[in-house]
Amino acid sequence: MVQGLNAALRDSLAEDPRVLVFGEDVGDLGGVFRVTDGLQEAFGRERVFNTPIAEAGIAGMCVGLAMAGWRPIAEMQFDGFSYPALDQIISHVAKYRARTRGRVAMPVTIRIPSFGGIRGKEHHGESPETYYVHTAGLKVVAPSTALDAYTLLRAAIADPDPVIVLEPKSRYWSKEIGELTVNAPGIGIARTVREGSACTVIAYGAMVARCLEAAERLAEDGIDCAVVDLRSLSPLDVEAVGASVRWTGRAVVVHEAPLTLGMGAEIVARIVEEAFDHLEAPVRRVTGWDVPYPPASLEQGYLPSVERIVAAVREVVSY
Amino acid sequence: MDTHDRSDASPMLQLLSPEGTPVGDTDVGLSEDELRALLRFMILARRLDRECMALQRQGELTVYPPFEGQEAAQVGSAFALGPQDFAFPSFRELAAAIVRGVDVVEYLQYHRGTWHGGPYDPFTSGFAPICVPVATQIVHAVGWALGAKLDGKAACSLAYFGDGSASEGDFHEAANLAAVFSAPTIFFCQNNGWAISVPASEQYVAPIADRGVGYGFPGVRVDGNDVLAVYRATQEAAERARSGGGPTLIEAITYRIGPHSTADDDTRYRDDEEVERWRARDPIERFRRFLVAEGVAEDGFAAACAVEADGWVNRVRDDLTALGAPAPSEMFDHVYGEPPSTMLRQRSAVIDDA
Repeated sequence: MVQGLNAALRDSLAEDPRVLVFGEDVGDLGGVFRVTDGLQEAFGRERVFNTPIAEAGIAGMCVGLAMAGWRPIAEMQFDGFSYPALDQIISHVAKYRARTRGRVAMPVTIRIPSFGGIRGKEHHGESPETYYVHTAGLKVVAPSTALDAYTLLRAAIADPDPVIVLEPKSRYWSKEIGELTVNAPGIGIARTVREGSACTVIAYGAMVARCLEAAERLAEDGIDCAVVDLRSLSPLDVEAVGASVRWTGRAVVVHEAPLTLGMGAEIVARIVEEAFDHLEAPVRRVTGWDVPYPPASLEQGYLPSVERIVAAVREVVSY
Repeated sequence: MDTHDRSDASPMLQLLSPEGTPVGDTDVGLSEDELRALLRFMILARRLDRECMALQRQGELTVYPPFEGQEAAQVGSAFALGPQDFAFPSFRELAAAIVRGVDVVEYLQYHRGTWHGGPYDPFTSGFAPICVPVATQIVHAVGWALGAKLDGKAACSLAYFGDGSASEGDFHEAANLAAVFSAPTIFFCQNNGWAISVPASEQYVAPIADRGVGYGFPGVRVDGNDVLAVYRATQEAAERARSGGGPTLIEAITYRIGPHSTADDDTRYRDDEEVERWRARDPIERFRRFLVAEGVAEDGFAAACAVEADGWVNRVRDDLTALGAPAPSEMFDHVYGEPPSTMLRQRSAVIDDA
């Protein structure tokens, strides 16, 4: 996935001379995850540059650069270090188009290595998606695979509005063979990555792979699940979720973020609005617990496991 | 002496005494027409500011933050900017907006509650949207300046902020970023002594201008009620910025004669005596006396400006109060370039209800 993201940045820099890439350690080092590897060498220190450690400043500079006609791509080093930027993102990046009655657009991309599962230190395993999804004016995407990371990041950079790209750290080293393309479904469109009629399992980011694993295990027992990869958390593909659940009549929502007011809460509400008459069972959520993200030795007990997903599907299917 | 106008600070650039007599080189490179324009702008601005206070009391505006007393700081600094430059205001910079050519009826729609932020076009005037979360706009100014520098433009940005805003993290991040990138930005602090009710003595310890040294660029203190001194300091900072010399911090010592806003009661935290002391240092009367003494303006010039201001303000008031609310559906129209289907559903609901 790191190579897919790197290719997306490289191709965007090459195609659009107004694209800039900056953040902490994105220069010679290529970012702490090497997503910007080689970009400064290829495109120069004016278009790819290190910044001081100043997350609010990084996000705030995006506003001014966009006003000056640039297309900034900022990297936040880690999910847990992105919070100082929230004021700039919520108060300005998200609202500027609306605040100026449509006169000033914010074609800004903010990349945030996100979520857990890498045995990280504290503040390195956060799931910040709800903060952004709850903020009107932002779009939020979370790719699940290397190829889709390319497609979604290209779409984010090309978008006329600000897009928060939550990159699942635990999938950074995942491999996928195929064509890097921008001619694929863009932001706002979910993808059914596995067909099935017994139950719809809805996930995003790193949890998609886990849901597919759970679906394989369930298939051995003759329970055929559909798996929907949301890809885009805002806008949310309500139609795709609704259509799948109307077909299967059952749903399980999976995410790493804590249960309470997580994406699952919204998705379940949408399912109720879109597919109530078709539901055969209550919708279940398999999520992180309502606790701070735990240390490495405990994180697998926090993250939704294949076992928890399988158990939830069985419960829903046998209701 | 007030807590923000301190004797231990480095000398303050002052060209005119509070009585309007020259105490420095008053030739700042402006023509007589331009000198008269400075006075005219200050008179227009004060007249409109007072009208806005009245309009708020009449229910025609929502909360309004008056700037009386700060006309020289705003007019002198804005006058030093060119059309290629960009100003990033906070929320009390109506006088600067007038100088920058912002349509004031559009500007005041903000305070009328018609629309947030920038009801005017920021690009035509080089004047960014009104910015209430204090200090956040300073970072925008640095970003814009970096963008102009990358484009090879001889242009600068100027961020307005106050003594209170200078305590925010965004100020510090902006200053360091501007220094590191040698961004052509002017950090223009209007130190008016009060952050709502908190005096400068409870806001910081060392003079704000001294911080420039720490970031690695010049910091200058200037008499913010001396329009010539403000103009000279800003003009020099702008020249340096546009020619690749990097940022400058200007601390303009001024005073907020009115309350923080129409929602504030300043009698709860400060003495009338202090306000009266600053009225005696009025920036408009000071400059008027100077222009008359120098023979640049005739005795009747200021009075003629006041008459012009009355007529202008009447037209602004009529145009402003004639404005109604936008259509409720407009809430949805500018959130995204292309509204997602979920938003269109909500928009339809509002239209159906109407």
